Amino acid sequence: MKLKVISGIGLLMAILLYSCQSDDQIILARYYSIGSIIYQNKCQNCHGKDGQGLSALMPALTDSVYLIANKAILPCIVKYGLKGKLLIINKKPFEGDMPAMDMSPIEIAEVLTYITNSFGNKMGIVTAQMIDDDLTKCK
Amino acid sequence: MKKLIAAIVIILTYSACKFNAGQTALPIYGNRTPVTKTIDGKTVTDTVYQTIPGFKTVNQYGDSITNKSLDGNIYVADFFFTTCPSICPIMHRNMLNVYDAFKAEKDIKIISYSIDPKHDSVAILKKYADKLGVTGNTWWLLQGKKEDIYKLSESYLVTKPQEDAKQLFIHDGYFILVDKQKRIRGTYDGTLPEQVTKLIVDIKTLKAEPDQINGK
Ligand code: HEC
Repeated sequence: MKLKVISGIGLLMAILLYSCQSDDQIILARYYSIGSIIYQNKCQNCHGKDGQGLSALMPALTDSVYLIANKAILPCIVKYGLKGKLLIINKKPFEGDMPAMDMSPIEIAEVLTYITNSFGNKMGIVTAQMIDDDLTKCK
Repeated sequence: MKKLIAAIVIILTYSACKFNAGQTALPIYGNRTPVTKTIDGKTVTDTVYQTIPGFKTVNQYGDSITNKSLDGNIYVADFFFTTCPSICPIMHRNMLNVYDAFKAEKDIKIISYSIDPKHDSVAILKKYADKLGVTGNTWWLLQGKKEDIYKLSESYLVTKPQEDAKQLFIHDGYFILVDKQKRIRGTYDGTLPEQVTKLIVDIKTLKAEPDQINGK
């Protein structure tokens, strides 16, 4: 009896919580959690568990200023890789070589949603549609 | 009677803890061969342990480094290459912890053999070390002849690196702990932070062994 009541209340709360979230938030949460797994499998070795990078070998993903300024080219970086000089973390010069990642637009959307909303970043959802648009403009 | 049982339990628990805490020697790995000698008319059997054979390399400063350069040192070895996209960044992120823990100690070294010596020249290794933030003579990044390095990897009980179809190297990310007598005393998965923490503890344990304190 007690159990039924408790689980009943639990269910009610879950429904309440779920319906109170906007659709965007639900998608964000889904992208974010799938994105975290993609990050572990494909990015964490270089960029680190907490996006801290590795000395001057691998750049950190904690520079919100950089990420916001370069939001539209992030999909290109992931898909086609990145080589050469950049200015990151208080505009310090950095030079490295990131390999191209063989990933679909939806996967790129998920992983970018994860990194741009972790490690101190808070940039909201990146959708597959946005990725499709951005990818047509890659140089 | 009850008291007796309680006493036994207490003693057992106590000694169980003691047993764990009192681990003062690390195991010795590799092949061992018994050698029988006659000393003063008595036959004695000694055990000869596998040791790391000689090798010839250069480090990131262009200095020639051989097995002799490591005499009197406890060291940690691994195999890597600077353009490795997969596990090397993880390994060296973890190895930096070992470096930071022991960089002030003269008789502890780290050596990383490049398995891609064609690309990893002295200049490239120096640049890599600089970017990693490694200075001084605690951590050497070594270039040698490819065949020699591959052969040598077997002496460290590491599987020989393989070249797959895409010309990428596969290797297994082990950190190997070698004592002053050049015997292997531990192998750790360099991609796992917990294992590397254990390595740091083990180095301290090893350093305290009489053989290492007196080791030349
Ligand atoms: C083999 C190591 C490696 C892997 C794996 C890797 N990166 Fe990178 N990444 C780099 C390097 C090196 C740079 C800097 C390139 C340069 O200097 O031009 C970089 C740059 C970046 C940048 C821009 C600079 C910054 O720090 O914000 C982003 C964003 C990024 N990577 C995201 C990712 C994502 C997402 C993944 C996984 C899908 C990933 N990277 C996988 C090595 C890697």
